[in-house]
Amino acid sequence: MRVTQGCFSFLPDLTDEQISRQVQYCLGKGWAVNIEFTDDPHPRNNFWEMWGLPMFDLPDAAGVLMELNECRKVYGNRYIRMSAFDSSHGWESVRLSFIVNRPKDEPGFRLERHEVDGRNIRYTTKSYAVDRPEGHRYAE
Amino acid sequence: MNQHSITVRGKDRYKSGVMEYRKMGYWEPDYEPKDTDIIALFRVTPQDGVDPIEASAAVAGESSTATWTVVWTDRLTAAEKYRAKCYRVDPVPNSPGQYVAYIAYDLDLFENGSIANLSASIIGNVFGFKPLKALRLEDMRLPVAYVKTFQGPATGIVVERERMDKFGRPLLGATVKPKLGLSGRNYGRVVYEALKGGLDFTKDDENINSQPFMHWRERFLYCMEAVNKAQAASGEIKGTYLNVTAGTMEDMYERAEFAKELGSVVIMIDLVIGYTAIQSMAKWARRNDMILHLHRAGHSTYTRQRNHGVSFRVITKWMRLAGVDHIHAGTVVGKLEGDPATTRGYYDICREDFNPTQLEHGIFFDQNWASLNKLMPVASGGIHAGQMHQLLDHLGEDVVLQFGGGTIGHPMGIQAGATANRVALEAMILARNEGRDYLHEGPEILARAAATCTPLKAALEVWKDVTFNYESTDMPDYAPTASVSM
Repeated sequence: MRVTQGCFSFLPDLTDEQISRQVQYCLGKGWAVNIEFTDDPHPRNNFWEMWGLPMFDLPDAAGVLMELNECRKVYGNRYIRMSAFDSSHGWESVRLSFIVNRPKDEPGFRLERHEVDGRNIRYTTKSYAVDRPEGHRYAE
Repeated sequence: MNQHSITVRGKDRYKSGVMEYRKMGYWEPDYEPKDTDIIALFRVTPQDGVDPIEASAAVAGESSTATWTVVWTDRLTAAEKYRAKCYRVDPVPNSPGQYVAYIAYDLDLFENGSIANLSASIIGNVFGFKPLKALRLEDMRLPVAYVKTFQGPATGIVVERERMDKFGRPLLGATVKPKLGLSGRNYGRVVYEALKGGLDFTKDDENINSQPFMHWRERFLYCMEAVNKAQAASGEIKGTYLNVTAGTMEDMYERAEFAKELGSVVIMIDLVIGYTAIQSMAKWARRNDMILHLHRAGHSTYTRQRNHGVSFRVITKWMRLAGVDHIHAGTVVGKLEGDPATTRGYYDICREDFNPTQLEHGIFFDQNWASLNKLMPVASGGIHAGQMHQLLDHLGEDVVLQFGGGTIGHPMGIQAGATANRVALEAMILARNEGRDYLHEGPEILARAAATCTPLKAALEVWKDVTFNYESTDMPDYAPTASVSM
């Protein structure tokens, strides 16, 4: 399967040049770009690991791309996303987020149904990968 | 036409009998509205032979303290404070016989945090007044002191995006069709297909409540199976607006509680449930971490005609105060009424923290929202993937684009329809962020995206000639360069 979180998951994977243009758009808006990675892509896992701090005061996307490639060297078989933060009043949140790296094989999720009273069902979404410990979740 | 006050003062003011409204203190052209006043702007069409100032003063009078004759009991009150004051009347450009009247109301005339009270005061009595041919409430200025007495949107755009984990693009939805007759199981099928195909939300229609073909619990159970299945299949948060509209508040609370128990992120209500019911549901939604979608069912009965009723921009302001998270606010290019400039005004009212006066968008007052949550506008009705560049240009990024027919009517099926919309949207956002002139290059951007996406190719082909070009019945009276004083 293909995890379709983020802004551009329905398009073919972005090239570094395309990523760079998106990052430049964010920097142009004055947003700080952050690189985050995880091997637990549950839809409600908000807190992916941070690759350093959000890059504040950066004028050029090239610096971000350099960091992305460093991150890929270490975590190239995990999900990596770019998130852009807008600190302006009334937002103070993420303004753009998109996946820039995926594991070679995406095992996806199973839906567990726990049948309770009447016809009610409690649902749990479970990533197949998280049965293994962090760092050992995707085939190299 | 704004001459000086002719208010009768002292003992003579309270002599028994009938007196013109403009002499009773409801016409005060020298009055300067206080920062805490609520100001209403009416479009007044007096009956032939009725003086426009007198007609406007009558509106002020009948929407505040006046009755048809002088009453001595006024003298037991701080009557001058409680009188609404019409302070300005202008002819409407190019509309003979119509006038705009500015009327200021003291804040003490209203109950805190109650749209029911606000609307009962402002539109409760005057619209059937005989000396008027027609009357329309065009806009209101709500002072910060009053805004702060309302909860505002239960969730708001920012938190909705955080909860849904969706940033940087419009959200995508679809209303399940046909709107009547599907069984719960069949209905859930449509929800599953649309969400799995790439939509973020599906939606019950306004009249899907609990009918013989599908009782509400059936719908909720099957819809949540569909939502959870699609969530697991995509790794994304999904939602379906479960319409909890019912005959009584007790029934609505019961349905909302069940939606919560099943893990839904969003519920839905119709405008026709009434302002108080809406405010109650907004409080429930805030308490229960629920996004609250409002379908503006019924509004066109009073918003559409330019000379009579209540403008939708006023309803939008009331709904932001009342506390819903989503409101249908027009598509510009779709099948329902919506002139681009007027629609832009509605969207600004939903999404900005401050609205400057913009006559060309129908906004007559500066409006400070004092950090009240933002309200997500929803564009729904006769839109399709081929219009993506126009939709993004007209409506911006913080909007739910709902393609009902444009998803379910896709020749390759519902999933393909959803995928076509999602791919079109992502391609357009990508291009916009890259700095391309996406409005003019739109068709080319879509065609390029369709080269690697058969469903989009099919959607563009089947709906390529569909447009809804009719003249609007409601649009601003002022061109971009006009000033309000004539």
